[in-house]
Amino acid sequence: MTTRNKASKKARTRPRPPSPSGTLPKVATGIVGLDEITGGGLPKGRPTLVCGSAGCGKTLFAMEFLVRGAVEHGEPGVFIAFEETPEELAQNVRSLGFDLDDLIAKKKISIDYIRVERSEITETGEFDLDGLFIRLALAIDTVGAKRVVLDTIETLFGGFTNQGVLRSELRRLFRWLKDKKVTCVITGERGDGALTRQGLEEYVSDCVILLDHRVTEQVSTRRLRIVKYRGSVHGTNEYPFLIDEHGISVLPVTGLGLTHESSNERVSSGVPQLDQMLGGEGYYRGSSILATGTAGTGKTSLAAHFALSTCKRGERCLYLAFEESPSQLLRNMRSINVNLEPYRRNGLLQLHASRPTLLGLEAHLVQIHKMVTEFEPGAVIVDPISNFIASGSAADAQAMLLRLIDFLKEKQITAMFTHLTSGGKPAEATDMGVSSLIDTWLLVRDIEVGGERNRGLYVIKSRGMAHSNQVREFLITSRGIALQDVYIGPEGVLTGSLRAAQEARERAASLLRRQEIQRKQREIERRRAATRAQIAALKLELEAAELEAGLVVTQDEAREQLLTENRTAMATRRRGNNHAGKARQ
Amino acid sequence: MKKSTTARRPSPAGKKAAGSSQRAVKGDSKWELRLYVAGQTPKSLAAMNNLRRVLDAHMPDQYRIEVVDLLANPRLAKEDQIVAIPTLVRKLPSPVRKIIGDLSDTERTLVGLQLRPG
Repeated sequence: MTTRNKASKKARTRPRPPSPSGTLPKVATGIVGLDEITGGGLPKGRPTLVCGSAGCGKTLFAMEFLVRGAVEHGEPGVFIAFEETPEELAQNVRSLGFDLDDLIAKKKISIDYIRVERSEITETGEFDLDGLFIRLALAIDTVGAKRVVLDTIETLFGGFTNQGVLRSELRRLFRWLKDKKVTCVITGERGDGALTRQGLEEYVSDCVILLDHRVTEQVSTRRLRIVKYRGSVHGTNEYPFLIDEHGISVLPVTGLGLTHESSNERVSSGVPQLDQMLGGEGYYRGSSILATGTAGTGKTSLAAHFALSTCKRGERCLYLAFEESPSQLLRNMRSINVNLEPYRRNGLLQLHASRPTLLGLEAHLVQIHKMVTEFEPGAVIVDPISNFIASGSAADAQAMLLRLIDFLKEKQITAMFTHLTSGGKPAEATDMGVSSLIDTWLLVRDIEVGGERNRGLYVIKSRGMAHSNQVREFLITSRGIALQDVYIGPEGVLTGSLRAAQEARERAASLLRRQEIQRKQREIERRRAATRAQIAALKLELEAAELEAGLVVTQDEAREQLLTENRTAMATRRRGNNHAGKARQ
Repeated sequence: MKKSTTARRPSPAGKKAAGSSQRAVKGDSKWELRLYVAGQTPKSLAAMNNLRRVLDAHMPDQYRIEVVDLLANPRLAKEDQIVAIPTLVRKLPSPVRKIIGDLSDTERTLVGLQLRPG
């Protein structure tokens, strides 16, 4: 019972290489970006062919694969060099921060230099390459290698005349390497019309990576393509890659779906009035903003305001300047009260200035990609993107920007781009054709009226918010950018001193109107006072009349009473006098 | 098992041959040859026999052969940059010459050893 249990357990744990999903087991190379496009790395325990023309970075690729394996993945490696001595190799990669001597001393890497000099060798009869096998086995056993590099085994073809023996021996070698379960990188020189001069691809059929180094209009770009990867899904595009002081970085940006998250959070543009125009709150976080305009319209100032507001929020900001040096930019922005220097010093702002023509577009993209990955900014500013056309064609520049925008959106990084539109072209079109990728598009345009050039700012579009349709006059003052309502009158839009004059006129007119109103109010007041006085007088009159009337009535009543009394008295008297008379009757 | 027995037999024989030649010739003109093999394969045995035949025919007793079995001493392969097996290295006289293969082509072997102008 227990044994059966054990047996079944063993059986369950045994099916080793095909992982649960049924995909090939892979070995991470540690090369930035490559593991993403290969879906995890190179096929484990199998040889991979890395081919390309001279100087495309094959040896470096192989060396980084080994060093990263030894340092980061705990997999010791063997480098069989057919072209360079261990000293030369160590020297070549020291500039990339790889200390080969140290790794060799720690027995993490073993380098064997195999030199085959045809002039010293005479071939007589049957031979095999057991010497190579023995040396390889020794090197593998010395460090317990899991990774092996053969750079480049094609050199053997120059050393031996008997190609038949060589080819069968190579076939045996790759079989043997697979049996040894080492992950192997074999480099090969690109041949005419074939991947490698000696057709190595027919021996190494699991994974083939092609490196390329192209020069277009004096600008070189390195590209990498996975020609085949048996049993695995992989990116099929040409991916640009860069060799810098940290080794190779491959850029897996194309082929992204539109799946990025959208944030509802808003971030200030740094100009309160502009925020007001953008639904009252500013840009969306993670959106892309384009500021276009002709020369000297204040695009950089807009960008600098945004950089400042980003830093003020305590977020990191990456400013890529392609026109000005950092110190010039800082000085110029200080003059409009945008002081970026403190943030640059405390590390929130990273200013990176370079000429666009310094690198190819792809290399630029890789570099931006790397900087963003390392710096993790909340906002990236590219000032300006129009200069990218200088280091490639417009179509290339557009493709590159598309990937850049995609990448930044994916990372939820707010991106601001400035674009210089050349005069004479419609301001609503960009050379780069990127406007459709942009969420918020600001246009700064010169408005020439009355012998003056003034700037007008329009929000051409702003996705997902109720933005203003008004033109604002865009003023760059010593206290920063200010936006003013323009005067729209019968003569059209007025800006600058005309607007000021118009405003002065309006102010005068309104003063007059105010004075008139005041005068009228005073008049009414006076009338009211007069009327009140009249009312009072009439009242008095009335009272007097009433008083008089009262008196008359009283007098009349008194007189009446008196008369009555008199009459009564008279009557009484008459009756007494007429007593005899009455009797006489 | 079969391999190990065959390996043991010719190996001392080779060493004996080398030792005897050393004893026989002590002059400055003696050649130093080193034959690299990997186990006692038919190819290395053939190379051994072919080499001795050629040398005995052209310069008897003026040579010393050291047979290096790389299976036993893999580290030695590095010193003479051995890739192919079998490889015969002429250490002396200089310059160093390498002849690979089982030495079945006597003409080429002689040319390779510079015993005959190519």
